[in-house]
Amino acid sequence: MQIDFGETGRVIGIDLGTTNSLAAFMDLTGPKIIPGADGDKLVPSVVSINPRLPNRDREGVGALTSGEIVVGNAARELLLTQPERTVYSVKRLMGRGLDDIQEELKLFPFHIAPGSEAVLQLQLGDRTYTPPEISAFVLRQLKQNAEAYFGEPVTQAVITVPAYFNDAQRQATKDAGRIAGLEVLRLVNEPTAASLAYGLDKRENGIVAVYDLGGGTFDISILKLHDGIFEVLATNGDTHLGGDDIDNLLLRIALEDVRSEWGEDLSVDGEGVQRLRRAVIQAKERLSFVPFTFIELEYHGKNYQREIKRDLFDKLIMPIVNRTLGPCRDCIKDAGVTVDQIDEVVMVGGSTRIPLVLSAVENLFRAAPHTELNPDEVVALGAAVQAGILSGEVQDKLLLDVTPLSLGIEIMGGVVSKLIHRNSTIPASATETFTTGVDGQRNVLIHVVQGERELVIDNRSLARFDLKDIDPMPAGFARIEVRFLIDANGILNVTARDVRTGAEHSVDVKPSYGLTDEQVEKMIQDSVEKAEQDFEERQVREARVEADTILAAVEKARRHDAYFELSDEERAVIDKAINELLLVYHADDHNLIKQKIEQLNQVTHKLAENMMNTAVRGALKGTKI
Amino acid sequence: MTEYFELLGIPRSLHLSLDVLQQRYYELSRQFHPDRFMRSPEAERQKALDLSSTLNDAYRTLKDPLKRAMYVLSQEGFDVGEQRSKDVPPELLEEVFELNMALEEMRGGDDSARPQLETAEKNFTNMLTEVDRQLEVLFEQYDHAQSRDKLTEIRGALNRRKYIQNLVDEVRKSLAPSP
Repeated sequence: MQIDFGETGRVIGIDLGTTNSLAAFMDLTGPKIIPGADGDKLVPSVVSINPRLPNRDREGVGALTSGEIVVGNAARELLLTQPERTVYSVKRLMGRGLDDIQEELKLFPFHIAPGSEAVLQLQLGDRTYTPPEISAFVLRQLKQNAEAYFGEPVTQAVITVPAYFNDAQRQATKDAGRIAGLEVLRLVNEPTAASLAYGLDKRENGIVAVYDLGGGTFDISILKLHDGIFEVLATNGDTHLGGDDIDNLLLRIALEDVRSEWGEDLSVDGEGVQRLRRAVIQAKERLSFVPFTFIELEYHGKNYQREIKRDLFDKLIMPIVNRTLGPCRDCIKDAGVTVDQIDEVVMVGGSTRIPLVLSAVENLFRAAPHTELNPDEVVALGAAVQAGILSGEVQDKLLLDVTPLSLGIEIMGGVVSKLIHRNSTIPASATETFTTGVDGQRNVLIHVVQGERELVIDNRSLARFDLKDIDPMPAGFARIEVRFLIDANGILNVTARDVRTGAEHSVDVKPSYGLTDEQVEKMIQDSVEKAEQDFEERQVREARVEADTILAAVEKARRHDAYFELSDEERAVIDKAINELLLVYHADDHNLIKQKIEQLNQVTHKLAENMMNTAVRGALKGTKI
Repeated sequence: MTEYFELLGIPRSLHLSLDVLQQRYYELSRQFHPDRFMRSPEAERQKALDLSSTLNDAYRTLKDPLKRAMYVLSQEGFDVGEQRSKDVPPELLEEVFELNMALEEMRGGDDSARPQLETAEKNFTNMLTEVDRQLEVLFEQYDHAQSRDKLTEIRGALNRRKYIQNLVDEVRKSLAPSP
């Protein structure tokens, strides 16, 4: 049975994670993960720019000079050999400014390009990329995986974001989708998506807490379930807290060890530090299942080994785990429930495999958490369910999410006047009327901030809106009504209306962080052109690989008895076909190469058959001996 | 602006059943949430967005008895601005004066004011309960008679409540162990 998705096609769900990303779709039995070409479900969120093509040893074939984008497992390998051209955990930079990321820069090898004051740029090889562009490479990989899987184009997606992501971080994620050629139908909060995947709505009524500790972010959400309605009561979190922090903690210790044992500072050696980081991560992951393990590194002929026991590990990471508990308590309070009223707790994110995390959550909520679903996959599965809701396939479920942060405007004295309070169900709106303060004033500037503090400087600047072209009149006469609307993606939309005339008033938006619409458009243009070029290059490369295979096979066959059983004419036709293929081999036209491959295939048909027959004859002979 | 009670299809009253309210809210959400209009023309999508944002605002306002009362007051033309709650209710003047002295001592690091503050917290919390009880009665009376006088009384009680709530919050803050 074919599901009718209409002319707009299939909608996939994407979990764009700090460490790993994955895509899922809804089939008749429920949400399913879409595997990549290598069979892996997880695509590591790592992007590398190759200076040359992978098969560069072969002369001629790999002679393209432009950088090739590598994503996922292959890029994770390149992180070891070319760390300066490879980037990971870029989610930490989404929607942020240079001032925000000083802490990250101490811990992550981000290569910030000069001139990043306005918009953050990363240096990768000889080009610079914004964080949304890097994320777009990951998204494009997932899109391609889905297209290969379905055998049809995929252009629409639901993408998940941490519930505690602010407006700029959400907008940056949406921009990444657009750059990757995806229409982002909805941004869904990760913990909420997870609750959809868990099918907890099977219970008729109940209160559920979702604890989501991923690679780089922490979220806690408390939901009320009622006959298929998932109503988020409150959410809290920390967008800079996750498994990465544990890795960095262990890495610091290991670097210190190496320094004293080898007398070397590995932290300045890009490859060395990445190898050690990987060793540390592997040890961390093993420790979730065994009581002790070793951090092991063999590098440049030297060995480092350190035993690490679970109880030491627990002691080390206790402060990180404890940092999640405050937001949990605040969230319970904000939800207006008590711990006893919470019926279920769901664990999401790879870091929840850590036994200490599990026991801390169990202690706080006084309930055994759900861990049945793979914590790495549950968010993508939920995104697929939401995709099903949007495409109309899933009718019985509905998500009512909230905005994690209060929205306000700057008023006199640098004070914030809150318009929409945090934990308000979205879409949510507020209306304010503005006027002029000076005779003949033509513009009114509105500064919008997000956060809970009283003063503007303690909150996050979101954008400045300029109400322009106000008719000149005495001060206080103009009346411009501005509507602030947080949509179902958690993103702010502003519209303005002149109260006297009733006409729509133009609003000029200057985002404090992130890209303008024009910049995103430009990146989409670039990426479409690049994608076409990339695609063309890939097809040529694949055709050449195919040609190599057949040429090698024919070369081998020419030494075979069967070859000499052919007539002179037949051999001449084969030689001609070989020569023709070699002639087009270096042309950048994959169709021509394919055509010549096919020709060679045709004319060697009889040869191949003869070889088969002699092989069979040989085999039969063999059995008689 | 769509009238909140009308939108949710419930009679305008200060007392209402939260179960009925929630049920109506969920029904309307299923109908008007933007998720349901993803494949619709732009104009319809915009309408759904507007309607569901108003619906969410309405539910948020009406499910909380105090916000609900404030809403009805503002609909009836009462001024419900913030500054009203800053005037000290006359009958509390003396107590507030003593409380401020104790708070001052506490902030100055003098822990001997603690017992006094603890007593004050208990007193003011009791007062809150008392105001809430009064409000309950007033709400019922208003629903019955719909008189403007009752609304004036309600506004007075709400201001008083807000003022006491602020006091309680402040006392609790000073009693809490500093982070």
